[in-house]
Amino acid sequence: MSDVTIPPSDSLAVLEKQRSTAETFGIPLAVLLEITHRCPLQCPYCSNPVELDRSGKELTTDEWKKVLSELAEIGVLQVHFSGGEPTARKDLVELVKHASDAGLYTNLITSAVLLTREKLSDLADAGLCHVQISFQGIEEGLADRVAGYKGGHRKKLDVAKWTRELDLPLTVNAVMHRQNLHQLPEVIQMALDLDADRLEVANVQYYGWALKNRAALMPTVAQLEECTAIVEEARERLKGRLTIDYVVPDYYALRPKKCMGGWGRQFFNISPAGKVLPCHAAESITGLDFESVRSNHSIAWIWQNSEAFNRYRGTGWMKEPCRTCEFREIDFGGCRCQAFALTGDAANTDPACALSPLHETIFKQAEAEAEGETSRFVYRNFAGGTLESENGT
Amino acid sequence: MAGPRHISVSEASRPVLPRHAKLKYDETRKVWVILAPERVLAPDEIAVEVLQLCNGERNIGEVADQLAAKYAAPREAILADVIAMLQDLADKGFLTEIREKTS
Repeated sequence: MSDVTIPPSDSLAVLEKQRSTAETFGIPLAVLLEITHRCPLQCPYCSNPVELDRSGKELTTDEWKKVLSELAEIGVLQVHFSGGEPTARKDLVELVKHASDAGLYTNLITSAVLLTREKLSDLADAGLCHVQISFQGIEEGLADRVAGYKGGHRKKLDVAKWTRELDLPLTVNAVMHRQNLHQLPEVIQMALDLDADRLEVANVQYYGWALKNRAALMPTVAQLEECTAIVEEARERLKGRLTIDYVVPDYYALRPKKCMGGWGRQFFNISPAGKVLPCHAAESITGLDFESVRSNHSIAWIWQNSEAFNRYRGTGWMKEPCRTCEFREIDFGGCRCQAFALTGDAANTDPACALSPLHETIFKQAEAEAEGETSRFVYRNFAGGTLESENGT
Repeated sequence: MAGPRHISVSEASRPVLPRHAKLKYDETRKVWVILAPERVLAPDEIAVEVLQLCNGERNIGEVADQLAAKYAAPREAILADVIAMLQDLADKGFLTEIREKTS
């Protein structure tokens, strides 16, 4: 039996041939729905764009229902309800019910702080299949400081407990960086104590908010090596008890990551305002025009034919050193958003790649920042960010 | 609540998919899939047949009996294959067990 992580391997993701002039890509198995950008937390590494969609721009309940039905119809199998904080939307139970009725497998990706036991129970009754809760650390001092939300950590522990009491599978998502990596062994123990099925040890990826906060978050090379060793040991020890997915920060790698499985190949997400995006950071690339579910195009058409999806599909757009590189169809030149953020051109090689002319400079810069003094965060908010005060509040 | 997380599959066990692992025929791709948290598994035809027989009532021995009769194949070989396949699924966390029978 093959075990496919989302985004999945091409063999499953590619559908029957369709009538597209563009290259043919099957509808992804799973789609990320960022149903709101509103969130009570202010994590400095938030994966949302720095320019957040305000609530007035969000799709209505009926519009999301239409999206869900359409996704099920074209062959999407799973949806992730995410945000912002998805439970900030009052219609979440209704949307989960609609998705379940349409035959979709539903995941909730949540900070948990707005949930009550009753609400979680309603979500389970609506057909919710899986809960993923983010954690910022293992004790409330650090965790609440990172989240910029007092009492958050304690609440997350409660919600994790309720999740298991309701017999829902639980994933603990631990976002790791220089200021909390020392807690990794205890994070793993916390996941076990919470009776989680999965643990994601996700090192921060440096776009958007995290890029603003890179100097406060970037781990040292030594920290990262230790982190990898701890994960490898735990995976071996906990086989069959806890699945651990591991995401490393690519600055210290020699090969870039195959971001999103390649642009427009296996993944898309829908923003609060209904934009269909090749990745959740794609709007950071200026000069690309993303189609909306509010347009008169179908989602399948947008996926197959829209200019933004086709711009960096395949290898035809590549410049040197990617164009003639033997790895070009292995990593597709890394991450377009990172290439844009660090070089100003999304068609450049991702500087995470050792073959990028900028790799050495950026690696050295990251290393210097990791050894530096900066630890204050710029908190995520609709105002474009607020610098943490000197005494850490 | 479902049974314990890590189960050991034997001839006597009565495994079922837990509620978070859903066996489904994917009409778009014309394949069977098991939907699980952040995963889509692609079971082969035999695995699908085994899982459909695993209804929480039958034990693995009975599943092997049925398959051996259907395919006129040696029961012991089938039993070993079925246990190996299900144990693999259990190790990934996508199998649970009915402990006490309510009858």
